[in-house]
Amino acid sequence: MEWETVIGLEVHAQLATRSKIFSGAATAYGAEPNTQACAIDLGLPGVLPVLNREAVRMAVKFGLAIGARIAPTSVFARKNYFYPDLPKGYQISQYDLPVVATGQMTITVDGALKTIGITRAHLEEDAGKSLHEDFHGSTGIDLNRAGTPLLEIVSEPDLRSAKEAVAYMKKLHALVRYLEICDGNMQEGSFRCDANVSVRRKGESRFGTRAEIKNLNSFRFVERAINFEVERQIELIEGGGAVVQETRLYDSVKDETRSMRSKEEANDYRYFPDPDLLPLEIGAALIDEVRATLPELPDAKQQRFRSDYALSDYDAEVLTATRELADFYEAVVRSANCDAKLCANWVMGDLSAALNEANLEITASRVDADRLAGLLQRIADDTISGKLAKQVFETMWQEGATADAIIEREGLRQITDSSAIEAIIDRIMADNPGQLAQYRAGKDKLFGFFVGQAMKATQGKANPQQLNELLKRKLDA
Amino acid sequence: MHNSTIAQLAEGLRAGRFSSLELTQVFLQRIGQLDPGLNCYVTVTAEQALAEARAADARLAAGNAGPLTGIPISQKDIFCTQGVRTSCGSRMLDSFVAPYDATVVERFKQAGAVMLGKLNMDEFAMGSSNETSFYGPVRNPWDTGCVPGGSSGGSAAAVAARLTPGATGTDTGGSIRQPASFCGITGIKPTYGRVSRWGMIAFASSLDQGGPMARTAEDCALMLQVMAGFDERDSTSVDRPVPDYRAALGGSVEGLRIGLPKEFFGEGLDGEIATVLQQAIDELRKLGATVHEISLPNMGLSVPAYYVVAPAECSSNLARYDGVRFGYRCEAPKDLHDLYCRSRGEGFGAEVKRRILIGTYALSAGYYDAYYLKAQKIRRLISDDFRKAFEQVDVIVGPTAPSVAFKFGEKTADPIAMYLSDIYTIAVNLAGLPGMSVPVGFSGQLPVGMQLIGNYFDEARLLNVAHRYQQVTDWQTRAPEGCA
Repeated sequence: MEWETVIGLEVHAQLATRSKIFSGAATAYGAEPNTQACAIDLGLPGVLPVLNREAVRMAVKFGLAIGARIAPTSVFARKNYFYPDLPKGYQISQYDLPVVATGQMTITVDGALKTIGITRAHLEEDAGKSLHEDFHGSTGIDLNRAGTPLLEIVSEPDLRSAKEAVAYMKKLHALVRYLEICDGNMQEGSFRCDANVSVRRKGESRFGTRAEIKNLNSFRFVERAINFEVERQIELIEGGGAVVQETRLYDSVKDETRSMRSKEEANDYRYFPDPDLLPLEIGAALIDEVRATLPELPDAKQQRFRSDYALSDYDAEVLTATRELADFYEAVVRSANCDAKLCANWVMGDLSAALNEANLEITASRVDADRLAGLLQRIADDTISGKLAKQVFETMWQEGATADAIIEREGLRQITDSSAIEAIIDRIMADNPGQLAQYRAGKDKLFGFFVGQAMKATQGKANPQQLNELLKRKLDA
Repeated sequence: MHNSTIAQLAEGLRAGRFSSLELTQVFLQRIGQLDPGLNCYVTVTAEQALAEARAADARLAAGNAGPLTGIPISQKDIFCTQGVRTSCGSRMLDSFVAPYDATVVERFKQAGAVMLGKLNMDEFAMGSSNETSFYGPVRNPWDTGCVPGGSSGGSAAAVAARLTPGATGTDTGGSIRQPASFCGITGIKPTYGRVSRWGMIAFASSLDQGGPMARTAEDCALMLQVMAGFDERDSTSVDRPVPDYRAALGGSVEGLRIGLPKEFFGEGLDGEIATVLQQAIDELRKLGATVHEISLPNMGLSVPAYYVVAPAECSSNLARYDGVRFGYRCEAPKDLHDLYCRSRGEGFGAEVKRRILIGTYALSAGYYDAYYLKAQKIRRLISDDFRKAFEQVDVIVGPTAPSVAFKFGEKTADPIAMYLSDIYTIAVNLAGLPGMSVPVGFSGQLPVGMQLIGNYFDEARLLNVAHRYQQVTDWQTRAPEGCA
């Protein structure tokens, strides 16, 4: 039996505003519990919400970036349910009139392009956190996160595999960071998703019954949770059972999804328009103003990297993964003013490896773009070989000095003077008459021996190409 | 001194005939004497009041006093007061002390008014008789066997009994006007959005509006001047200049077009009230007003629409009282569910629970369209009725309530009968219009109120009409026996 997987994602992106969506309290992560919750966040009697303008601008920015319609009027609604970390007993969200409607995004999976529909994106407030450890059987409540602005981005059920889901989520992740509307920190929960997963027989036009997997906060978990869930559903149906509509949790330790609550136990959220907030009106002026702040988006940048720098699809994709990396790369190219491919190789190779090893972001690189460009210039003008450059780079990474200073100090300047190289070759030939005789008798493999001797004599500084040519000419003479 | 109006007291203070301290002491003494029999106050803030009075006297002496500097007023216990308990008439908030002042409270403080205390009310403003208060019912000073009306019953009774020169009230379906009518005082519910709701504990957010209650329209004008105005902390407050209400009192009523909705004078209105009202309308006519019969055809739908919208909003607004962060919490909860059920079950009274249940039902999946959405449509129809009426007339006049104050227990067993006591006031809240109640006589020994309804932001005109009427009548000067 052939099965088809159908997935829709609801991504929650925490908006990078300084204050909360309906109060003036700060949103910074990691503060002492309950130190960033004001009377409004606590839901004290008599308090009222006032909408954060910046959160609206960010939602509009996102809408424009995915080519969506920005609703001229959208409405905040109350989603009512009781939970200890939901102070008011309702969450202010948007229901039937969201701020962003119907956009789309293109993903690439296994070389194929696919357009994923985005049904809507709406503004809402986050809840607080329930802490179950350290309270001796009781539960602690931290309301620092309560009222943090979220943009919930809902996709159409257009995704057909875990791989596509991850590609879509990564693309979205890159986009919100490009737009600087979300820090994208998944560990801190700034970017997380719920996955609606169902399966159906190939060719079937109706959707199967779906399960919703809640709160996935890494790309790996998205992939594994979906794959597990798909297997589970197929096994269930093939075993004669039926999938029930329910909410499930992914356990990353056991790598499985577990039922959380069924449809019957589901809350009736009793949505209704929040009478404390007026309908949100967005005019053309605001839209134009926000449009003017849109940066070059990942797809456009990738395209430009391919044409301007003659990069491969792969290189262009890697280098535009984040705005910071792309900016760094372009700074290197500008400053080095040499082969853009060489620059790409170094940014994606040695620099990325060093960053990974030190667990640093590109913006915190110990070798900045100008210095890396300085090194690449020395490769381009044959001052040092690529091999020595790696050594120089390591020293730069450790010490922070410029390439030129290190080359100078350690005398690493490449020997490109033909007569100097020839003199060295002559000496080596004279010192090793036996090997020379064997070589000339046909033992070609000994060529490497002479190269090694020459490199040893020059401490690796001889221009390799030149050395090869001269050596060949003299040995074969 | 206690028989003087706010306007007279303000003049006395400025002329130095007495100090704010003396004035405050007079009222505190009266509260001590008379309030045990009336139960108007939940909390008396004597020490704070005396300190504020001294500060006001200093301001008066320094010559930077405003019209209300040194005037004692009292706050309905629905307005949050920093450091002073705000109970909202409920066991749920019996121990709640807000860390902030409501905007209304803050404005009175800035004006230099002296707060005497917090006034009794129906629990969470849900009631028309003050019988739902956790702190026991307020007694009507005109007949202590009768209710003072509600929910601002403590405010109305305290003003009538001269236990404060002025009080704040809130009006969601008639909660300023109906008790003002029952207690023979003057009260105005401003246009929705005119007075900030920040710090005013919500019952039904789209209907709640704070306003002044005092003996005269002039006093209401002085108080409203302080209360009204834009507040960026309340997204529903309207950014629109506040007119000089007192200056507007001098306007003429000549040529004023008064509309009498036939729906207000039909079946269900007490005959004696109709007679008293007719006399009041004749007075207005003598002042030069013209009278026109109008129709508000959808009036009959206002009570059912209100009892969907208000409970729906209340069911959500009151969800925060869950025993987790503040307010009443049950003893030794077994688990979370038990904590919720018993904290709310024990902390709320019967009427509040009834409305939470009605509202929860009305918003439930499958019922939303039939109830909430339908009620919102009716609300639109009612607003349209008023809009059309105000194309023909300047002010709408009618009864405030279908009866005078009723006996304790008379309607507690029948919620519908209780709900119908707001039949003439509710439509005004649904439309968001300003409405006012003015004392215009008596039925037996109990006061009768006349309701004036104005167009949006036309408070100045309502106050003007009421003031002109009060200049040629003296109902507002009458005091209940033993309170003069």
